[in-house]
Amino acid sequence: MGFFASLINSMPSAVAQGLIWGIMAIGVYLTYRILDVADLTVDGSLGTGGAVCVVMVLNGAPVGLALLAATAAGMLAGLVTGLFHTACGIPAILAGILTQLALYSVNLRIMGFGTGGGKANLPISVDKYSLLVSARYVRNVALNNPILILAVFCAVLIAVLYWFFGTELGCSLRATGANQNMARAQGINTNVTTVLGLMISNGLVALAGGLLAQYQGFSDINMGRGAIVIGLAAVIIGEVIFSRIFRNFALKLLSAVIGAIIYYIVMVFVLRLGLSTDDLKLLTALVVALFLTIPYWKGKYFTKTSVKKGEKNHA
Amino acid sequence: MLEIKNVYKTFNAGTVNEKVALKGLDLTLEDGDFVTVIGGNGAGKSTMLNAVAGVWPIDMGKILIDGQDVTRLSEHQRAKYIGRVFQDPMMGTAATMGIEENLALAARRGVARSLRAGITKKEREEYHELLKTLDLGLEDRMTSKVGLLSGGQRQAVTLLMATLKKPKLLLLDEHTAALDPKTAAKVLALSEKIVQENHLTTLMITHNMKDAIKYGNRLIMMYEGRVIYDVRGEEKANLQVSDLLQRFEQVSDGGFANDRMLLS
Repeated sequence: MGFFASLINSMPSAVAQGLIWGIMAIGVYLTYRILDVADLTVDGSLGTGGAVCVVMVLNGAPVGLALLAATAAGMLAGLVTGLFHTACGIPAILAGILTQLALYSVNLRIMGFGTGGGKANLPISVDKYSLLVSARYVRNVALNNPILILAVFCAVLIAVLYWFFGTELGCSLRATGANQNMARAQGINTNVTTVLGLMISNGLVALAGGLLAQYQGFSDINMGRGAIVIGLAAVIIGEVIFSRIFRNFALKLLSAVIGAIIYYIVMVFVLRLGLSTDDLKLLTALVVALFLTIPYWKGKYFTKTSVKKGEKNHA
Repeated sequence: MLEIKNVYKTFNAGTVNEKVALKGLDLTLEDGDFVTVIGGNGAGKSTMLNAVAGVWPIDMGKILIDGQDVTRLSEHQRAKYIGRVFQDPMMGTAATMGIEENLALAARRGVARSLRAGITKKEREEYHELLKTLDLGLEDRMTSKVGLLSGGQRQAVTLLMATLKKPKLLLLDEHTAALDPKTAAKVLALSEKIVQENHLTTLMITHNMKDAIKYGNRLIMMYEGRVIYDVRGEEKANLQVSDLLQRFEQVSDGGFANDRMLLS
């Protein structure tokens, strides 16, 4: 098979994975951009979602219920980080790291459910269980094609989040991220909104974990390793490409999803170029570092003096 | 309307940076009082406002608003009663949110926030009319991010936000100090207009003695965490800047030289 043929051949899988990670990226967007908190819980809560979902399906639960439970488990993880941060006064980054570490043990326990111990990997076969999404059908032209299902999933999630962040509660969350002083002066309990934001974010991340475990056919203790960086990569790629044209909040969420898809397409591309999968994390870290550096250097070394003119006119 | 009773506050207690900011502060505001607050740096002016707003707990004493003891209420709980405008124009608004969204947030001060719409069509119309009264052209930029506004415009919006839901108490913490003189005068005039129209009980800190005399019905001078001079009505109206300087020289006992610049 030629290079391009094999590249195109792996596109459907890249898109499907990109959509799953897009849901995860939306979760990261909510904390990183809306709440202005870098939440590292996600590296653990992604695995929690996968573990809960697989264990429940293996034990006979319908897949919809399993995904709901996965989301709830993620929200619980977010609650713990939120309480570490607000009630215990631990800096947000450290609070996330603590929960993430704790979740490593918790996730092993969840996957070992019924065996009396822990398990690092738990397979689930699409032949034996009815799953929502599976890599097996990624080239099918049918209703069970995961790309179709995941696209609908993303659209519904974005619609719900768009509605929520337009409500009084959603606005108070945005205000908390924008200016805590102002939020409190307007009677917003910023501790509550911060915890709520972390819960919603980790709920989405765990949901993505549940979908990912089904898609790849197993849940793994390491599936969340570096998730925050992939999520950030998706958010930042989306912003770099679309920030000038996507102003609406729903479109900003969509740009995170598209960012995740682009990320996976790029990953497939470099793999096809001959890069080892072992080096992917290094590459991802470099890409994120690069994209975070560009806007900073732009502001520092390439600021045009004409920008300041506008300030004089008002004042 | 506001009673501050024997309030003490020390920052960094037990360290080399220990600073006694409020030392048995007593102050009572009648309903509708518009009080200007002056005093040198470190006199405790901002600390008093922050103590009333509940930014941190006080060490001792009591604070009552409209007869209700709020000493143990947190900042966001007290927000129900209090409107605030800060010295830093960045502090009173959410820069990444629109003008109308900021106003809508303020309109819900003291109300439990639910899943109802964050801003309604009817509100948009109200805010449009309200912004018109500022005469800054903001009514045509209601969805613009507040971060794009100038300092003066932001303070004007913050003033509207602080008074949109009529507060029992309005706290103005040198809210024109960061503005150029012309804009400062505009914002001050607007403040007075809003205070009078709504008959608001107000505490306004200022470094400008002339403004302190010109605005309000009562003036207090603070020194070392206490009120050392309290004047109202006609007596206040007849004050001269020189009177205040003299009064300040008496109490500060030579430590005045440094503060003189700040007070002129």
